[in-house]
This record gives sequence, structure tokens and C-alpha cells, in this order.
Amino acid sequence: MPTSTLLRAVLRALVLYCAVLTLTFVLLHLAPGDTVTMLAPADASAADLARLRSQLGLNEPLAVQYVRWVTHSLSGDFGESAARGTTVAALIRDALPVSLALGLSSLLLSFLLGTAAGVLQSARAGRWPDRIGTVVSVVLVSSPAYWLALGAVACFTWLASRWSFPLWLRLPAFGLATPGSDLHGLPHLRDLLQHAVLPVGILALIGAGGVARYARSSALDLRGADWMRTARAKGVTRLRVHTVHLLANMRAILITLFALSLPGVVAGSVFVESVFGWPGMGRLMVMSIIARDYPVVLGCTAAFAAVVLLANLGAELLLPLADPRLRGQ
Amino acid sequence: MSGFRARPSTLCSMLFLAMLTVAVVVGPAVATRDPTLIGDVLARRLVPPLGRDAHGGLHLFGTDRFGRDIAMRMLLAGRLSLAVGMIGAMVAGVVGTLLGLLSGWRRGATDWLVTGLADTLLALPRLVLLLVGVALWTPSALTLLSVLALTGWMGIARLVRAEVVGLVRRPFVDAATAIGAPPLRVALRHVLPHALGPALVATTIGVGGAILLESGLSFLGLGIQPPSPSWGNMIAGGRDLLVVAPWVSLAPGLLLVCTVLAITLLGDALRDRLAGDTTTVSAR
Repeated sequence: MPTSTLLRAVLRALVLYCAVLTLTFVLLHLAPGDTVTMLAPADASAADLARLRSQLGLNEPLAVQYVRWVTHSLSGDFGESAARGTTVAALIRDALPVSLALGLSSLLLSFLLGTAAGVLQSARAGRWPDRIGTVVSVVLVSSPAYWLALGAVACFTWLASRWSFPLWLRLPAFGLATPGSDLHGLPHLRDLLQHAVLPVGILALIGAGGVARYARSSALDLRGADWMRTARAKGVTRLRVHTVHLLANMRAILITLFALSLPGVVAGSVFVESVFGWPGMGRLMVMSIIARDYPVVLGCTAAFAAVVLLANLGAELLLPLADPRLRGQ
Repeated sequence: MSGFRARPSTLCSMLFLAMLTVAVVVGPAVATRDPTLIGDVLARRLVPPLGRDAHGGLHLFGTDRFGRDIAMRMLLAGRLSLAVGMIGAMVAGVVGTLLGLLSGWRRGATDWLVTGLADTLLALPRLVLLLVGVALWTPSALTLLSVLALTGWMGIARLVRAEVVGLVRRPFVDAATAIGAPPLRVALRHVLPHALGPALVATTIGVGGAILLESGLSFLGLGIQPPSPSWGNMIAGGRDLLVVAPWVSLAPGLLLVCTVLAITLLGDALRDRLAGDTTTVSAR
């Protein structure tokens, strides 16, 4: 890829990130109510309010505040949390890895599952495996993540003990680790994985529904292509046609879909984190909204935007590598 | 387009949505008791589906922990959910279509501004935008509706803009301009109808998305506030009763899934049909 294309893509992402920061600034100042009265406890005196106002730099002209917000945010400094005694950056540093692990592992699983299902469906288009796949995927796409998560919790805790499932099928439904346990090494990993099965599984299933719908229709579009006919005519086995020829041509589509589905995964993880009590970004944001901790809300927003923009940038840079036809465009 | 036959799934979806709309409008209006009112809690609470309470009243989907009839609350919640979802998605659809038309038609600075704003908003997951919206403004049906409308137009604007950019180069636009039609008329009467198909499909699917998002925010406690019922806050209300009384969360969840499913299937059918249309148009 030429360096100018790369530079332009990076610059575009940076400009969009600044635009997001501007948007959050505008929204905060458009919102009704005074930031100081929202932050301060109800019984704060006028002198306290004035002190807080000058502490937060709210006395200065809007332009100065704006420039400070953008420059500080660009260097990852989102100020102090109003409700907890730490900086917003520290809170995000703790929460982001949890969400990234949850999001990426479920995205990966959903693409493996969804692509396989979609390609299989297209190979049996119109017959019963395709019909079943279509019904399952459209139901998954239409289901709210939190409702499926609640259902899974009921199944794998209460039903599991009632119908005496084997022990490995009785899954923990809350948090990242067994409370009070002091595990290290392999047992710790095992514990963590057990806690991850339900949240990752739910998110992966919902994602797989969407991927399968998309993969099926694009695989169906590609089936009529000349190179598919050629491959079949020269005696390539059905399995190889589907796994090698077809998938190679779907790479670009799948990478684009990967970047596009990231916001959806973020949304799903907000709900899944709040049902399963995972200390990730979604839960941090929801709890900060309830606590009216605006610096954290805005910091999380900026962090989410950074993740999405980085994913888009990554996809843009990967596309020419994945599909030679896109090079030199 | 001769010989078009609706698939059974499309017919079922339309029938379901029509019945739901009627039930939602008529149901609460003919209810004998106010579904938000808490009465004789001990006699009525947590009656299982199709069970009778101590006063002999039949409850189709049972009652919740305060003895309120779940079926009636689901219908009352449906009013809000359907209204917020549909109006929110439709406003988003109209705004998106008009902005897409404007930026594809005018190009230049207008295009730059609209595309830039859309790209900025698309850099944030929609749920995060919604969360910021309800964080800064007080949660209510009106806030939800405006936030859903303001965060749903970008995809549609992109679709319409792409169509319009291709359309303005077509000979019929020159022809319309040549016979003296004013630009506004050319844009609205000649160009816009050709770009409406994708916008219509995206808006239809957007209704399902809006309903899901509204229920999700209400589930988190950031949307419709109790005692007003919403499918989302009803599911949240049954959260700690999953083991004792699973129907409290199950019934509104099933209705929510069926509603969104029906809307998604309608969107799919619409897309398949309109895709057929566009191929015949471009083949000519």
C-alpha cells in the first residue's frame, strides 16, 4: 500500500476522533443544568460551588475549555472521576481490557460460527439445513442480549442443579472469579474460563446470527461466479471449493463486516456486562450515568470512539492484503 | 413484477404486527383495572400464567410481584415501545433521506458537512450515543424518541447519498432540467423516488433496532421509568424472580422478540422485493 494512502487513513481517523471529542464537548454544554450543580452534592454552599467551578476551570472562556478538553483527551487525560477518587484514565485502564477480551473473543467465535453456518447454508440453499439456519439466525438477531443472558443464567444455575446436570455444566453466572477464592496458575485460568463461558457464548451466538445472514447472502452471490464454475469443472472437490475458493473471495467482505459489527458488539457487551456483573467499560459507563459521574461518561465515550476508529483503520489497511483486487484503488 | 406472491413468513409477520397494534390500542382501553395500580398484593401476587388469583380473576400471563396483570401491562408497554420505536425510526428515516438527498445533490460544502457529521456519529456505537443522550437529559419517552431519531439517520443518509450521486448523472435529470423544471422539483420528484427503496428498507429494519434499543435502555433503568411499564423494565423487574416466577421476565421478552422478528422479516421481504425492482430499472 502506498504511504500516502496509509497517511490519509490515519489522518482521517485522527480528525474523526477530534470531531467526536468536539461533539461530546458540545453535548455536555448543550445539556440542561449546570455542570457544577450536577457534580456537587445537594447541600453544597455557594462558596463550595464557586470553588469547584474554578477548580474545574469552568470560569474560563468556552474556547479555552474546549482546547483544553481536546488536547488533554488526545493525550489520554480525561480528568478526575467525580464519584470515585481516581482519574478517569485509571478507571478506563482497568475496564478496557475486560471489555476488549469479552468483545474480541466473542467476535472471533461469532465469525467462525457464523461464516461456517452461512457457507453451509448457501451450499444447501432452499433445503432444510438452510431453512433451519435462516430461522435460527433471524431469531438470534431479533433477540435482546440481556434477555438471552437472563435465560442462560436461569438454565445453567437453577435448572442445572434441579435437573442435576454434570458439574461442568453448572456455570457461574456472576463476576470474573469465584468470590473469596485465591487461585493461581492453571486453576485460576480454569475458573476464569468457566466464568467466561456464558457471557462470551451469548455475545458470540447473537453475533453469529448476524454474520451467518450476511455470509449466506454473499456466498449465494458468489456461487454463480465464473471461477466457481471453473473450479468445479476442473474437478476440485466440493469441500475444497467451499473452504478454499469461496472463503478466499469472501475475505474482504468478512473483514469489512468485522469492523462494521464492532459497534454492535460494544452494545451487546454493555448489556452482557451488566447482567453478568463484569467490570468492563459498559458497566462502568452505565454505573457512571446512574451516579451522574460525567467525566467518566465522557471519557468512556471517547475510549469507545477510539476503539471503533482503530478497528475501522485496521480493516481499511487489511483490505488490500486480504483481497488483491482491491490493491491500487 | 407480475406473479409476486408473499411468503408465508411475510404474511404471518404482517398479521402479527396488525394484531399486536390492535391489541395494544384496544386492550388497555377496555381494561377493568388500571394495569399500573397496585391493589390486593397478597391475594394477587405471582399468579402463574393461566392461573386464577384469590379473587377469582384469570391472568393469561400471570401476575408480577405486586399482583399486577402481566398481559395487560405488556399491552400498555407495547403502546410506548411501538410508538417510540416507530416514530423514532421514521423521523430518523426522513431526516436521513433528506440529508442524504441534500448532500448528494448539492455536493460541495453541504456534502462535506453532512458526511463529516455522519462519520463522526458513526464513530461512536449507537448505544453509547444513546447512553450519553439519556445521561445528559432526563430519561423519558420523549428523550428516548429524540435520541433514537438523532442517532439513527446516518446509515440511511449514506445510502441515499450514494444513490443520488449516481442518479444525478443520469440523462433523465438533464432532461427534466432542460424542460425547465426547478432544481427543487427535479430533486424531489425525479431523483428522490429512485433512491427511496434502500431508505425504506433501512427504515423498516431500523424500527426493530429502535424497539430493541428502547427496551435495552429501559432494562438498564435509563429509559422508561417505572411505574410506566416498558417491555425492558418489565424484564428487569422479573430479574430476581427468574427462579420463583420465570414468567415475569419470559412473557414480555417473548413478545419483544416476536415483534422485532416480525419487523426484521418484513424488512427482509421488502429488500428482496425492491432489489428485484432496482435490477429491472437498471437493466432498461
